[in-house]
Amino acid sequence: MILVGTGIYLTLFFEPSTSQVVYHGSYAPLRGQEISKAYESALDLSFNVRAGLLIRQVHHWAALTFVAAILVHLMRIFFTGAFRKPRDLNYYIGLTMLMLAVLEGYAGYSLLDDLLSGMGLAIGNAVALSIPFVGGQVGTLIWGGRFPGTEAFVSRLFIAHVLLLPIAIGSLIAVHLAMVATPHHTQFRGRGRKETNVVGTPLWPAYALRSLGLFAAVAAVLFALGGLVQINPIWQWGPYEPYLGTNGAQPDWYLGWLIGALRLMPHFDITVGSYTVVPNPFWGGVVFPLLVFGFLFAWPSIERRWSGDRAQHNLLDRPRDNPRRTAVGAALFTWVATIFFAGSADRAFVQFGVPYQGQLWAYRAASFLLPILAYILTRRVCERLRESESHPGRGSDARAVVRNREGSFEELEPVGTEGVAGPDRG
Amino acid sequence: MTRRLIRLGRWLWRIGIAGVLLWLRRGKEPLPERELPASPRAEKGVAALLVGAGLAGAAFALLYTFDEANTQLLGLAAAAALGLLAVALIVASHAIVPQETLSEERPRFADPEAERDAEVEDVALRAREGVDGITRRRLLGTAGGAAALGLGAAAAAPLASLGPRVGNRLRESPWRDGTPLVDENSHPVLAGDLTVGAYLTAFAAGSDKRDLASSLVVVRVRPEELELPPERGDWAPEGLLAFSKICTHAQCAISLFRYPLYPERSPGPALVCPCHYSTFDVLKGGKRIFGPAVRPLPQLPLKIEAGRLLAAGELSGAVGASWGGVEEGS
Repeated sequence: MILVGTGIYLTLFFEPSTSQVVYHGSYAPLRGQEISKAYESALDLSFNVRAGLLIRQVHHWAALTFVAAILVHLMRIFFTGAFRKPRDLNYYIGLTMLMLAVLEGYAGYSLLDDLLSGMGLAIGNAVALSIPFVGGQVGTLIWGGRFPGTEAFVSRLFIAHVLLLPIAIGSLIAVHLAMVATPHHTQFRGRGRKETNVVGTPLWPAYALRSLGLFAAVAAVLFALGGLVQINPIWQWGPYEPYLGTNGAQPDWYLGWLIGALRLMPHFDITVGSYTVVPNPFWGGVVFPLLVFGFLFAWPSIERRWSGDRAQHNLLDRPRDNPRRTAVGAALFTWVATIFFAGSADRAFVQFGVPYQGQLWAYRAASFLLPILAYILTRRVCERLRESESHPGRGSDARAVVRNREGSFEELEPVGTEGVAGPDRG
Repeated sequence: MTRRLIRLGRWLWRIGIAGVLLWLRRGKEPLPERELPASPRAEKGVAALLVGAGLAGAAFALLYTFDEANTQLLGLAAAAALGLLAVALIVASHAIVPQETLSEERPRFADPEAERDAEVEDVALRAREGVDGITRRRLLGTAGGAAALGLGAAAAAPLASLGPRVGNRLRESPWRDGTPLVDENSHPVLAGDLTVGAYLTAFAAGSDKRDLASSLVVVRVRPEELELPPERGDWAPEGLLAFSKICTHAQCAISLFRYPLYPERSPGPALVCPCHYSTFDVLKGGKRIFGPAVRPLPQLPLKIEAGRLLAAGELSGAVGASWGGVEEGS
């Protein structure tokens, strides 16, 4: 909602156009330079529109938070088995939304036509060109010609960012929530909680208030960040020209994993004779994300096949209840995270002087070893926890005591153990 | 005495409030009594928080109007308003509205009877499948898929009118034999201005500087260092070399030139792309020596006429990222 609100405000001032103008605005270091109208209007709304910079920065912070929140949510769903039937369809919708959100963010920060936008688009174009057989056509199609493309490209990007993708995400959110409400939310095992019922606070009024409270709290943090913590100071990057570049450039965080994959991929193309068939950026820019998302999409079916459990589930697993799933998830997220960190190898080199070549080999090794390690470790820990039924991190061993009719005291079952003792299956 | 006065005052205050409320609610049904957690303190606190949020919001408006809209203060004011609202709402949800935990039956999605029937049918179907070869369902599914594919292709085809045909578009280049090199301000590039170790961005005279194939990197090394392939022997007069400025990996501009003073520590004069650190050997004609790039950097043969740098031919390869069908090059 904040993204939509601040976004609408920004569109009132932004002008998506690459026609060149000479800058006469209020930022002195750029005066006299030829820049695009898009970049000029972004500068003007930052410097000359009251509260414009605040709104732009809140918009950017909100975008970063949006993707992060989806990712954390995905992890919760994955590790607790909430993706199982009857919620598998909703899980696929959620994954689709994550992809759209990443795309939406990329389109957003590419619009401004500052140096970083342009470098991001150059890489995006190279990835598009790298698709086997149709790449050249796809790249030329989207950009309206060879990179950096025509005027039409910026308006396409703009429409994608402010209309097509938001509508897609918005309608998916609506479906997503409706599909949470219809079979009701999942719950952990506990006193009085069964596969067939749902225990919790009713939506109105307490839960609604709490949700609104959370919304306001998030908004508060975002406005504090937008007001106090500078983000993407486009006036420092300068305008983009295809022949300009800067060292140590980094995209928004949710693209880090793709940059990492582009970096780590050894340099090879698939060639026939002296002709390229599959250029290198295809591996990191297309195959890698498809692999990750493909696996996440396929996981519910894989798990059904592995465990033979095709029943509907309304009760959540604790991560330890299903060591194999938890271990697979941990390995997958470790793998992506390692490659994500590899994306910042150039920063580590520019900022701290860590030798780049060494880093690259270390990350390549880590991207194979760490996931295996994570798998083994997680599986061990889960199995141990499940066997011992211990609750490290849950502080108190207190027992509930009640007074009965005769006036003497008796101890109740410890809270939370009912129904927890044995998981359904191994 | 004073205590009594205070008590009297309070009493009058309450009567007054009650009177106002009664007057406001005249003619209306009395409120039904509700069971609420008795926490007047929480109610007052929430009210205070809400008022605070309102004040902070007003402060935002005032700052916007009078204080030249200082970004930091505006952010703080908005954050304070929303933060207070958040606390108020959360406190209200915990201490004011009824606290209850209800249990509700889940709706069932599948009739267990029907499910069992379906299972039986499924098994029967599978048994028949072995005999009949293909089930009706699978046949229809496959046919439906084919229809969807065809219709999808038909729907997607108009998208092609978004862009021009590729043709030779990705191979186009303004460089021909005799094209002069100009700098960023469109002045001719003079060979004498470039010393050993120099690095300059140049463009094809008369071309659009945003054209991907136009921009060049011109560097100068000592002629005796050169190890160019034999067929490029005369491409680098006086040790002057020109390469496309666009990386063959992901099309970033190659803006780093490494010309080491101590060759032992960092090998050869090389051009480095800042995006993913693809590195190209200048002395060997743009051969890739490190990083994810595969194709070499296209080199432009140079000649010097009246002190000015001119192209002596076309670029040695396609500019920019590879696509299916581009020549791999040496």
